[in-house]
Amino acid sequence: MTSTQTAPGRGAARRRALGARAVFAGPGLLYLTAFMTIPLLIVLSYAFLTRGRFGGVKLELTLSNFSKALDSTYLSILGNSVLIAGITTVLALALGYPTAYAITRLPSRWRTVALVLVVLPFWSNFLIRTYAWIVLLNSEGPVNSVLVNLGIVGAPLDLLYNRGAVVVGLLYAYLPLMILPVYAAIERVDPQLQEAARNLGAGKIRAFLDVTLPLTLPGAMIGAIFVFVPSMGNFVVPELLGGGKTVMVGNLIRDQFLEARNWPFGAVLALSVMIFLVVLFAIQAAIGRRINGGARA
Amino acid sequence: MRRLGWLSLPLWLTYAFLYLPIAVLVVMSFNASKTPYTWTGFSTRWYSELMSDDLIRQGFVNTMIVAVGATVIATVLGTLLAVGINRYFRSAWLEAYSLAPAILPDLALAIGLLALFALIGMTLGLHTVLLAHVVFGMAFVAAVVLARLGHTDPSLEEASRDLGAGPVSTFLRITVRSLTPAIVAGALLVFTLSLDEFVIAFFTDGPSTPTLPIVIYSMVRFGVTPEINALAALLLLVSFTVVISAQRLTKLTDTI
Repeated sequence: MTSTQTAPGRGAARRRALGARAVFAGPGLLYLTAFMTIPLLIVLSYAFLTRGRFGGVKLELTLSNFSKALDSTYLSILGNSVLIAGITTVLALALGYPTAYAITRLPSRWRTVALVLVVLPFWSNFLIRTYAWIVLLNSEGPVNSVLVNLGIVGAPLDLLYNRGAVVVGLLYAYLPLMILPVYAAIERVDPQLQEAARNLGAGKIRAFLDVTLPLTLPGAMIGAIFVFVPSMGNFVVPELLGGGKTVMVGNLIRDQFLEARNWPFGAVLALSVMIFLVVLFAIQAAIGRRINGGARA
Repeated sequence: MRRLGWLSLPLWLTYAFLYLPIAVLVVMSFNASKTPYTWTGFSTRWYSELMSDDLIRQGFVNTMIVAVGATVIATVLGTLLAVGINRYFRSAWLEAYSLAPAILPDLALAIGLLALFALIGMTLGLHTVLLAHVVFGMAFVAAVVLARLGHTDPSLEEASRDLGAGPVSTFLRITVRSLTPAIVAGALLVFTLSLDEFVIAFFTDGPSTPTLPIVIYSMVRFGVTPEINALAALLLLVSFTVVISAQRLTKLTDTI
């Protein structure tokens, strides 16, 4: 593979490389196309088709699924989902950012341990982690018995089956997804930049606000997407911790596909979540570009 | 720790938040009482009842079939894909495409696959769950192996090829050997992900072969039982062991 090879030798090398591409990347890419891309395209196309009588679709083009989604009932569910996912994201940022910052300040051998401890619960069973909060927040559960025994409240509080419980459950599920990208972003900030700011007379807080925070904004934005999008699509937490009162767009999608059997409408709802994903990534990319541009200027 | 100052507060708050609920579950699983909230003494009764529960045992068998199958297929495909991208096909787009299933909301993949299987008339069952789990499994293996490939020196492989070995034999004799820790770590991750995966299985599984998470889902909908506490403790133990092993094999935290 040196440049001194003759033209036919290079041709053979190129053919071999193409063959190697097909052998190595081919099966995986084919699999992803068949079982990810094509399924997503099917859902996309279903958004424009008419519902079949027993689930599935009829091949009649329509935009009625979109107008149905604009009905006030569904808009309020969408709004509710955005609100709950938004509150969850803000809380994840408020707790996750300083946690990630603290981890970067640990000695390096503790840093790995600290990070593993952050991701460990994330790899365990999601239903079990949600179930743990049913146990904790129940009227006879440990949280209430501590509150009552310490005399903080007179009678057990209704901590379960409301929006607050849903937010706590979602925060518990996705907090690690905030901490990891923020950690990676803070880790990459050149410590000399902050030192330079300090030498130029900025205080600790000023140096953080003017140097570290803007540079880590793209990482925080990635974390926000990783928390916000799955929170919106989650139907397990609202069902188990919201007690059926707190319906989110994820529950609606689940119902359209498995119970109401209106797949085209379900597809439109899923599309609305995916649009959030795309728009948020576009904002993230724009922030990243502006910061890189600013650094170069 | 002292140097952290006030920053240690959010750190401890996060760990308390992440681990207290898990700790409570594990402690409760050893509670002798049938009402789940009052501690009446230490007992392993719920663990033995768990073993004799047919629904849970069948769910466990179904889950193992899917998890083992998905792990094998995803590990092979994901490793090949990572090597193909890193050594023969450098493209940021292709890399993003390969890792996309790890970021894609599980609900989107779930309804997409349900629609696909319905369209081609495939009956739902463990085989469709397996096909679905390979999608994200492959992405996680590819991510771990790609991270490792970034640290390996391709000159050995070049030497092997210059000496006349083809890409496949170079791959089997040289590349796989240096990648083994990453491949095993990736496989362990797929295994634990598949073992615990609920949303996609819920949409792509048939009614007669529920996986363990689907069994758990139908149980927790009806409230708290000491049996679930025991099952939860066991599943947490499995996940934690597997992930810590994977971390020891290859620095997963470097994949970030």
